[in-house]
Amino acid sequence: MKMLSAGFLAGFVGVGTSCNHVIDEEFLQKHFLEMTDEEKQRVVRRLEEKYLREYGKTAHVSTGAAKPKTLWGYGLDLSRCIGCRRCVYACVRENNNSRYKPQLHWIRVIRLKKGNLINLENAEHYYNPETVPEEDFIYMPVQCQHCENPPCVKVCPVHATWKEPDGLVVVDYNWCIGCRYCIAACPYKGRVFNWTRPNIPKEELNPAMHYLGNRPRIKNVVDKCTFCIQRVRSGRYPACVEACPTGTRKFGNLLDKNSEIRYLIENKRVFRLKEDLNTEPKFYYFFSL
Amino acid sequence: MRAATYSFLILFLSGTLFQLPGGTAKEEFPVPPPPLSEGIFPCSACHEGMPVNPTKRELKDAHTDIKLHHAEGVRWCLDCHDPTNRDKLKLTSGELVDFGESYLLCRQCHGPIYRDWTAGIHGKRTGYFDGKRTYLLCVHCHNPHDPKFNPIKPEPPPYRPRDRHNVR
Ligand code: HEC
Ligand code: HEC
Ligand code: HEC
Ligand code: HEC
Repeated sequence: MKMLSAGFLAGFVGVGTSCNHVIDEEFLQKHFLEMTDEEKQRVVRRLEEKYLREYGKTAHVSTGAAKPKTLWGYGLDLSRCIGCRRCVYACVRENNNSRYKPQLHWIRVIRLKKGNLINLENAEHYYNPETVPEEDFIYMPVQCQHCENPPCVKVCPVHATWKEPDGLVVVDYNWCIGCRYCIAACPYKGRVFNWTRPNIPKEELNPAMHYLGNRPRIKNVVDKCTFCIQRVRSGRYPACVEACPTGTRKFGNLLDKNSEIRYLIENKRVFRLKEDLNTEPKFYYFFSL
Repeated sequence: MRAATYSFLILFLSGTLFQLPGGTAKEEFPVPPPPLSEGIFPCSACHEGMPVNPTKRELKDAHTDIKLHHAEGVRWCLDCHDPTNRDKLKLTSGELVDFGESYLLCRQCHGPIYRDWTAGIHGKRTGYFDGKRTYLLCVHCHNPHDPKFNPIKPEPPPYRPRDRHNVR
């Protein structure tokens, strides 16, 4: 009896200290922008060990910085979108979003009645017909618009969210205090809240991660679309672009004259959501027809 | 919007059918392999030495799944497929092109869309931005014999906030 409880106690204390140790280290961690390379490496190693323990997978957590002369822009062709939501779930899988309790989607596909696009009263995102597209509707996916002038960043009391030099608006999940001012400030409903640890099936964890992007979130933090920072900073298209069966989604460098984003801005009728708010989104909707 | 495109198409067709829009210079576009059915290529495996039958008819002995719904009033199989070399597609100029370059066939009649396609706006590019990105062929998304984009089943809607999969 004695022996047992002593052993139990020892075990308990052991677990307790290692736990505290991790928490302390996390707690003392600096703001991402203030970390030296060495500190980043230490944090990355700690995270990779944690994911190996929790998910049984060897993850790679990048801290890769913005490339010079790069300003990411997104284009979405409203003449082509058929509302099939392939992008929604490709995004969830790529970005290690919580699948249920809560189910967190970074893309919302809104269905609008044709000819009445201004009247958002007919807008809804729970539509579920047998097949899409439907005769009388158009579909408008909405996600973080990566504003040049992001209201979410302005209201954050602890600077846990900011705009990177390549224009991506990012969150340091370890710095976020979960106050959700940013959620209230975003005119596009681009941000969601992790009220618990994410529920991700182990076998579905995407091990190719970025610190400021798709690493599994922690409890009580806000997250949102990052244009797939883990992909675009290594020269690949965002997952939603690759998943779209109709070629509705376009992506590229606004500073590169040969990019598809520049071509469509110069050759198509483009508009941005709620332009009157002066948020200057880098997300361009257009009509190819 | 539809009506406008079509009248434009028709104008385009009557006016400039034989001019290759976007210039005649041949650019290179890396593409994935064409989505041909397994075992069908090379076509010459059957067609070599087989008599060519250019009459418009219902096919009974092969390719019975192919129903032409693509400006079929004015054309037939051998406007696109070469009668003597069945492994190639045939342009109106008589030039033969590979199945991996079928966009050259489409561009004869769909010039503005082709131009958007080369810029990555119509259709889709995938892979890496720099160098290694590939273009999906028109026929990856459009069946050349019946090119209308077919409706598909959508993925499920999100759970509502009070759904049992979502509540605390
Ligand atoms: C508008 C031009 C066009 C016309 C007209 C046309 N084809 Fe095709 N056909 C194509 C192209 C382009 C492909 C290549 C598709 C691909 O790469 O998968 C093709 C592919 C095929 C294939 C291979 C299909 C497979 O399962 O992979 C067959 C067989 C074929 N055509 C037969 C016909 C027959 C028979 C007709 C007449 C009834 C016809 N085609 C009319 C353009 C045409
Ligand atoms: C398994 C043998 C076989 C293969 C492989 C095959 N064909 Fe055929 N094809 C036929 C037969 C048989 C007919 C005649 C069908 C009829 O008259 O009912 C035919 C007819 C056609 C025709 C109609 C014109 C004509 O000459 O009769 C076209 C066009 C054609 N084939 C294209 C293709 C193309 C393109 C491919 C390769 C992508 C291909 N075929 C591969 C057997 C084949
Ligand atoms: C000889 C001219 C010609 C060529 C070559 C041609 N098309 Fe067409 N296409 C037309 C015409 C005319 C229409 C409109 C009438 C119709 O739909 O039948 C059309 C319609 C279409 C449509 C719209 C269909 C719909 O109902 O929404 C698509 C998509 C299309 N073509 C794709 C292609 C592709 C892909 C190719 C190359 C494999 C191609 N076309 C080659 C003449 C052509
Ligand atoms: C990624 C898939 C994809 C590729 C690749 C693609 N298209 Fe399309 N295309 C579409 C979709 C989606 C539509 C809209 C269809 C609809 O609304 O019914 C469309 C529509 C069209 C139309 C009908 C007119 C219009 O503007 O709606 C034509 C013609 C056409 N495509 C030709 C082409 C040609 C030619 C190519 C290659 C140069 C090509 N497409 C490549 C997806 C694609």
